[in-house]
Amino acid sequence: MLGVLLLVFSLVALAHAELCRPDAQNAFKVRLSIKTALGDNAYAWDASEEYLFKAMVAFAMRRYSNKETTQISNVLLCNMTERVSFWFVVTDSSKNVTTVPGSEVEAAIRMNRNRINSAFLLTDNTLQFLKISSTLSPPIEPTVPVWLIVFSVVLCLVGAGILFLVLSGIRQRRKNNNESAENGDLEDKCDTPVTTENGIPCDILDLKTGRINGVYTADDERFTPL
Amino acid sequence: MEKSRPLWDNPLQFVFACISYAVGLGNVWRFPYLCQMYGGGGFLIPYIIMLIVEGMPLLFLELAVGQHMRQGSIGAWKIISPYLSGVGIASVVVSFFLSMYYNVINAWAFWYLFHSFQDPLPWASCPLNSNHTGYDEECEKTSSTQYFWYRKTLNISPSIEENGNIQWEQAVCLILAWLLVYLCILRGTESTGKVVYVTASLPYFVLIIYLIRGLTLHGAVNGLIYMFRPKIEQLANPKTWINAATQIFFSLGLGFGSLIAFASYNEPNNNCERHAIIISLINSSTSIFASIVTFSIYGFKATFNYENCISKAILLLTNYFDLEEGALTADNLDSMKDYLTSTYPNEYAALLPQIKNCSLEAELDTAVQGTGLAFIVYSEAIKNMEVSQLYSVLYFIMLLMLGIGSMLGNTAAILTPLTDSKFISTHLSKEMISGIVCFINCIVGLVFTMEAGNYWFDIFNDYAATLSLLLIVLVETIAVCYVYGLKRFEKDLHLMIGHKLNWYWKIMWAFASPVLIISLFVFYLTDYIRTGTLQYQAWDATQGQLVTKDYPSYALAVIGLLVAASTMCIPLGAFIIFIMKRLKRNVSTLE
Repeated sequence: MLGVLLLVFSLVALAHAELCRPDAQNAFKVRLSIKTALGDNAYAWDASEEYLFKAMVAFAMRRYSNKETTQISNVLLCNMTERVSFWFVVTDSSKNVTTVPGSEVEAAIRMNRNRINSAFLLTDNTLQFLKISSTLSPPIEPTVPVWLIVFSVVLCLVGAGILFLVLSGIRQRRKNNNESAENGDLEDKCDTPVTTENGIPCDILDLKTGRINGVYTADDERFTPL
Repeated sequence: MEKSRPLWDNPLQFVFACISYAVGLGNVWRFPYLCQMYGGGGFLIPYIIMLIVEGMPLLFLELAVGQHMRQGSIGAWKIISPYLSGVGIASVVVSFFLSMYYNVINAWAFWYLFHSFQDPLPWASCPLNSNHTGYDEECEKTSSTQYFWYRKTLNISPSIEENGNIQWEQAVCLILAWLLVYLCILRGTESTGKVVYVTASLPYFVLIIYLIRGLTLHGAVNGLIYMFRPKIEQLANPKTWINAATQIFFSLGLGFGSLIAFASYNEPNNNCERHAIIISLINSSTSIFASIVTFSIYGFKATFNYENCISKAILLLTNYFDLEEGALTADNLDSMKDYLTSTYPNEYAALLPQIKNCSLEAELDTAVQGTGLAFIVYSEAIKNMEVSQLYSVLYFIMLLMLGIGSMLGNTAAILTPLTDSKFISTHLSKEMISGIVCFINCIVGLVFTMEAGNYWFDIFNDYAATLSLLLIVLVETIAVCYVYGLKRFEKDLHLMIGHKLNWYWKIMWAFASPVLIISLFVFYLTDYIRTGTLQYQAWDATQGQLVTKDYPSYALAVIGLLVAASTMCIPLGAFIIFIMKRLKRNVSTLE
């Protein structure tokens, strides 16, 4: 009796060893980078963590197929390394000693990737399923691109500035025209020739009003008033 | 009838305007490159020598001419000798070419500025490919910052022959840039004088902030040591001296007519000698200051990439050999590599091609200049800083201020002769002339927003102003010294600045500067002739890097046209005046 049991046991173990080995059919390699992800809060990888992993894979298979047939014992892990990397297969409990097709496992893991990641406090980069490519989430794009908003603001400011300057320039010129028209043509005629003194225009020397020569003003009293 | 000439409100506005014009993008993106290529700290020796021998005298000459003649470039040279009106026209033509392509840089600065308000920055990561399983192919081959520049900003085509469509985003930014320039020059010196307070001083605030931030970055010291370690042997290389002379020459913006235009709005007794010395000193010290900032940024970026490279190598080895996490560190990497080679020789040999040798020197050696430095290298460094949005906004506002400051000078060089001309100013108001000039430049500038636009930009950048300016300044110096007469000019200056001219200036103007410019001119010509066909760098999207290609014949024709259009004005102008005088003499002798 004991001998038969031993034989069966060893056969099962052998079969399992056959099913789960590196590069086996329908086997996937998993790599965890716990220290990279969590730093000081990193947990140690031990048998309990392995149990959790088996449970998560079983959960993923159940969710995917909507059957409640996959058990934790169906998930086999092997070739554990210090890196924390290992291979796993999912066996089919209904059929004898066969593995679930890789495509099903891949689809199941893909569907529940977020749940698996968060169970281990890891991300797609730090919990890697080597043959299963993860769907990267696209960045959130707002409905109106941000740059257009800022652009419109600056455009409106510059446009308003130009309009203001142009309009004030036109208004000032119109005022100048009106003033010179009011002052009459005589002043216009007087203003046209540029008075220069020694080659320098008078308006720079501020000589529009003429210069009073102090020698003559004092002699006003010499003349007898009429 | 003749209105008094508009003046600067005070001499400070004039100094700020000249600084704002001279301190431009070249100080930020060309000088650090030259420093790195030609001897590090040792490059300062030829740079300062050229500044004293070439920069200050020529700057003083242009400011003095403008202030004395009180006219834009065309009028000023006409007064010196009627045969030299071609020189003024050549200056205006060169300024016109420059303003056509220069504002595109401001458009790019606007584009990056508007995109800096996002979190995360759009050039921080690659976009996803179509089925969301990985990153975009082109972005994977190159880096995300290069991808953002070449694909998202320029949408560059593989060669200059394939023109592509006008990129509406760039076109819109270009229109905004021109509207901003129009706003600043609308009222002439009245508005320009106030704007230059901002455009001259704001870049310095940002540079100081970046200096403090840059020096405190991890790895900045590596860049600074690398830059300032003098390689004295480079002093024997003639290219070092030529590049120092060229950099001083173009950095001050001589020959465009902008300095003449700015000085023409001065009071007649303004001390332009002191201002010339101040402006050239500030320009050069800004270059050195900007290169300190640039090299601390370089050091940060190189150290970051080096450490990334090491981490990638560690990850690769850890994953391949299933070693414990943290077993390999940067320190024990080499010893562990030897251990692995001895323990697993076959596997290691298989892995060897994938492991890149990481070298800090190699990262620092990648010297970049021009738009590559400003938009790729800096944005790469910024994306790795904390609060990157703030630094990005500050940086691109600084680029914008530098660019707008230079544009103000360029447009002043075009507008001052136009508004001085009695024929034009009686028919059109100042605002209309500015508007028309801006509009024409904007329409032509749309060429640079096409997919091949960057290649045309490089053509204009490399060839529109280089040879012509050398010739213009040479003719200017010879004209003032020998045609107008150095003694006569000395007397005019004595009247203006109030004291006798120092002998140093006279020697520089009469002998040293013309000799220097002639040698630069000869060097450029021989360089062009020796290289034979001209080539350009084209972006290859499939490889994710730049490749060298030959210019097609019509591009070469455009280059020839650019150079000829400005240089031919000088002899043509003299010739036309000669013919006109002959005709007038014939007419008067007939009567």
